Amino acid sequence: MNSAAYAIEAQNLVKRFGSFTANDNLSFFVKKGEIFGFLGANGAGKTTAIRILCGLSKPTSGKISVAGFNVFTQAEKIKQRIGYMSQRFSLYEDLTVAENFRFYGGIYGMSRDQIRQKTEEMLGKLNIAELRDTIIASLPLGIRQKLAFSVAIMHSPEIVFLDEPTGGVDPITRRQFWEMIYQAAASGITVFVTTHYMDEAEYCHRISIMVDGRIEALGTPAELKAVHHALSMNDVFIKLARKAVNKE
Amino acid sequence: MKRFVIKEFLHIFRDTRSMIILFGMPLVQVLLFGFAITNEVKDVKVSVVDPAQDEVTTAIRNSLFSSAYFLKGEILYSQNEIEESFRKGKNKMVVVFENDFAGKLGRGEKPSIQLIADASDPNTANLVVNYANGIINNHFQTLYTNPGLPVVVPEVRMMYNPALAGVYMFVPGIITVLLMLVSAMMTSISIAREKELGTMEVLLVSPLKPIQIVAGKVLPYVLLSFINAVSILLLSYFVFGVPVNGSVVLLLAESILFIVLALSLGILISTVSNNQQTAMMLSMFALMLPTILLSGFIFPVENMPDILQWLSALMPPRWFIQIIKSIMLKGTGLAYFWKETLILIAMTIVFILVSVKKFKIRLA
Repeated sequence: MNSAAYAIEAQNLVKRFGSFTANDNLSFFVKKGEIFGFLGANGAGKTTAIRILCGLSKPTSGKISVAGFNVFTQAEKIKQRIGYMSQRFSLYEDLTVAENFRFYGGIYGMSRDQIRQKTEEMLGKLNIAELRDTIIASLPLGIRQKLAFSVAIMHSPEIVFLDEPTGGVDPITRRQFWEMIYQAAASGITVFVTTHYMDEAEYCHRISIMVDGRIEALGTPAELKAVHHALSMNDVFIKLARKAVNKE
Repeated sequence: MKRFVIKEFLHIFRDTRSMIILFGMPLVQVLLFGFAITNEVKDVKVSVVDPAQDEVTTAIRNSLFSSAYFLKGEILYSQNEIEESFRKGKNKMVVVFENDFAGKLGRGEKPSIQLIADASDPNTANLVVNYANGIINNHFQTLYTNPGLPVVVPEVRMMYNPALAGVYMFVPGIITVLLMLVSAMMTSISIAREKELGTMEVLLVSPLKPIQIVAGKVLPYVLLSFINAVSILLLSYFVFGVPVNGSVVLLLAESILFIVLALSLGILISTVSNNQQTAMMLSMFALMLPTILLSGFIFPVENMPDILQWLSALMPPRWFIQIIKSIMLKGTGLAYFWKETLILIAMTIVFILVSVKKFKIRLA
């Protein structure tokens, strides 16, 4: 296989916590520039998998590479090349917008000029240049979420991991958020996103659905709907998730 | 790294609670201990019942009131008046001389002096009585060296070193408690806060190494704790006149050692607590109380039961208090407390190793 075409390659990824298997033999490939949706019910193992790919957690076994580097041996190189936005809010609430940009740019080794330029560019795109010196805590959730995404991609990573980025956000903001995701993908950034919202799953190029630590389905939204004879992703998901045994 | 430290400072300066703990606390504590919780006797009003008013009692009264401790109150004449004056809060103590005092003394009898104190404030009462006893005793010893004369009783219960000893002793303790508090509690809370808010994950995903994250967290607090230590020393020197008899450089060096120790303890606490409340409670109970109670700051270690003495040997502050007492009050050098210093260094290394290990485990 031509590894240069893939941003993420995971073969037989296994993660066990004691006797509990959180990720059971996951295999999937994410192409460069793709928007890859990672779906599953709560407790299906999504977060465990995303943590492994980000280098927050070590897999028990498997052959996994991210941005062309091995997660076991080259975690440091991976970290330079990825961005991450967690489901919990990842900006510092007591700092201003610009200070957050400066801090995150700084820890990724960006120069002062690069940071200033990126900050202007990102704020310009969001049409909120005037909020530069506002404390994050005083901004509405929707704007914070968009800022968090901007911060996650400000160092132009090869891959950005979004762990339930749109939780608790209104539909209009979600819509705008996905426009940002499309723009990022268009500029060549691979997007790996987990979500609960099935309408968002339709926006992804390809999706995988996890049930009980295993990948039960993988393909484009159209393919999955055809295979499972479903009208919407919601139906596909419910059909698959019913098989779940080890929860609730 | 530089950005990280700047960010930490911004967190601290934007958070009023942090600022109060960092800078208000030392000031309040030092002033509180210095002025309010003082155990010196000064200008206490004392009244006298003296039916005889002969040359002996007058001399005793003079030595009492010529000391800086007592102020002359009223001359009283009866038991009723004594109670009345106490009730009105006019004085803290009444000295009652027996009738025909000089006459009895001359005949070789033992006249009595009664000291009646207002014990509604037991500590002060005790002190005042002891001071008066000391003065009267002193008076008889210097005036009547003739062994043939009977000496009037006031037995010496006072093994007390007057004049400000309290203030001298509390400064080392306060420095220790504050360094412990600021360093350990503030770092553990600030790391726990990142965990609580989810920003810790983002930091761990970034190219920053765990050691850089820890160092970035710790550096601002090293600096602030150090400034704190220096300001307490300055405050106690200029306001209370507490001297630094030994080497200032040595004192500061030992302080930095203790700060690093407290910080590594703080990191250790933060690795086992997932939110700010837990970190705060752990710091309070695991650090503050032992620091205050077992370190010899308030209760002398020598008077503790054996078990508590062993426990206190495990408390870093105990050794640090000994070190700074030696430097500040006794003016001794490293030769006298290299053992304590080694103990602190060993503890620091253990804490750092354990917390780095814990920090890594959490990552896996």
